[in-house]
Order: sequence, then C-alpha cells, then structure tokens
Amino acid sequence: MTPRKYLVLCSVMVLAALGDTSLSHGMKQVGSISAEHWTRIFAALLSPWVVGGIVLLIGFMASYLTALSWADLTYVLPATALGNIITAGLARALLHEDVTPKRWLGILLITVGVGFVAGGPELTPDTAPEGANCQPVAAQEER
Amino acid sequence: MKLSTWIAILLLVLESTAGDILISRAMKQTGDLQELKRQSGLLHVVGRVLSNRVFLLGIVFMALGFFTLLAALSWADVSIVAPACSSLTFLTNALAAKFFLKERVDRRRWAAALCVAAGVGLLAS
Repeated sequence: MTPRKYLVLCSVMVLAALGDTSLSHGMKQVGSISAEHWTRIFAALLSPWVVGGIVLLIGFMASYLTALSWADLTYVLPATALGNIITAGLARALLHEDVTPKRWLGILLITVGVGFVAGGPELTPDTAPEGANCQPVAAQEER
Repeated sequence: MKLSTWIAILLLVLESTAGDILISRAMKQTGDLQELKRQSGLLHVVGRVLSNRVFLLGIVFMALGFFTLLAALSWADVSIVAPACSSLTFLTNALAAKFFLKERVDRRRWAAALCVAAGVGLLAS
C-alpha cells in the first residue's frame, strides 16, 4: 500500500461522511417532502448545503471507484467503514444528535473490524486482470 | 416484523450487493484508474468507465436499490430497514465477492465483515 492509496481510502471515508452530513443539514432546513409539498424538492436543489452534499458525494463515488480499481471489494468496504464513525462524530458536533452507549459499542466494533483488514493484502493476486496497472493503456486496449 | 418489511430488506440487500459486485468487477476490468489517468488524462478515464456495460448495469442495480429504499421507507420503519440493510450488505458482499469475484475471503476478512456489520447495525439503529 502506497501513501497515495491510503489517501484514496481516506477520501472515500471523509467525502461520504461530509456529503451525508451536508445533505442531512440541507434537507432539515428545506423541511420534509411529502405529496402535498413535492415542489420542495426543487427548493432543496437551491440549498447550498444540498448542492455541496451532492458535489461531495460525486467526489466520494470517484474515490470509491478508484479504490475498487486496485483493491478487493472485501477490503475496501470494511476499510472505509470508519466513515460511519466520522458521520456519527459530525452528527454529534454539527447536528447535535445524541451518541448513545449502543452507538459507542457500534463504533468500537467498526474500529476492530477495520483493524482486521488493515494489516492484510488489499488485492487477491489471481483476480487482478492480467497485466492491469502495469501496462501502457494502448497495450491494455488491444486485449 | 411484518412479512413485507422482510421482503423489502431482502430486495434491498440483493440489489445493493449486485450493484457493488458488478461495479467492483467493472473497475477490475478497467484497471488502476490513477495509473490510467496519469497515462491518458481524466477524460479518457471517464469515457472508459462509462463505456463499460458491467459498470452501467451496476449503476442500474444501485439505482433500483435507492428507489426500493425510498419505497420501503414510506411504509416500513426506518429504524429497522436502514440498519438491517446496511449491516447485512457487508455479509452478502463478502459471500458474493468470494463466489463471483473469486476474492480470497480469509478468516481475517470474515471477522472484519462480521465486526463491521454488527457495528454499523448498532450505529444506525
């Protein structure tokens, strides 16, 4: 694992947490959307928090796809689960939501789970496409 | 818990897992995105990803999952559906990755999936 790959995994966690928190904050400002108030969905798209949340989640998707291009799904999902903890922290700090003992136990279990995969290899060697990541693009396209 | 809630959870978990597995396979077919970007530029990478049919099918399943979630939340209890789906998906992904993507899911990864599934379930409930 190179520092650049760690940076991609961190981006997955941080961008998902910031995106979800931003969307949540924006939607609480807009108000609940129901059948009678369906036009509020357009108002939501004018909220800078909602727009910011969407931009952050696009960034999350790009980082997630990048991570999946060089690591196993069973490595990426647990490794980036720390994002749930960041979301809980942001919800407590910015949205003033409660973090109950049950949630603290959840945070502890996620941290232990991330610890299990952190020391292992990120990719099952024989599942990588032949020559991927090490050949020029032109050579890959010929295949 | 009502039968309809169980069906919604099952459907959501299947759609999310199918989406993740297909997208993961598409990304392995595409190759290291950072390396591709360095060699050919961002536009080439975007074009290559978006022209992959497996990726597009994965996005379709993810979109189906999103709309199923919206529908489920309109008649099922969010405090049951959301944590059940997010935690069960970690386990079904590990199982599906082992069989469909031929990933080496050893004890360490099973332990990670179980811990994270339990943790996310507690955190989201």
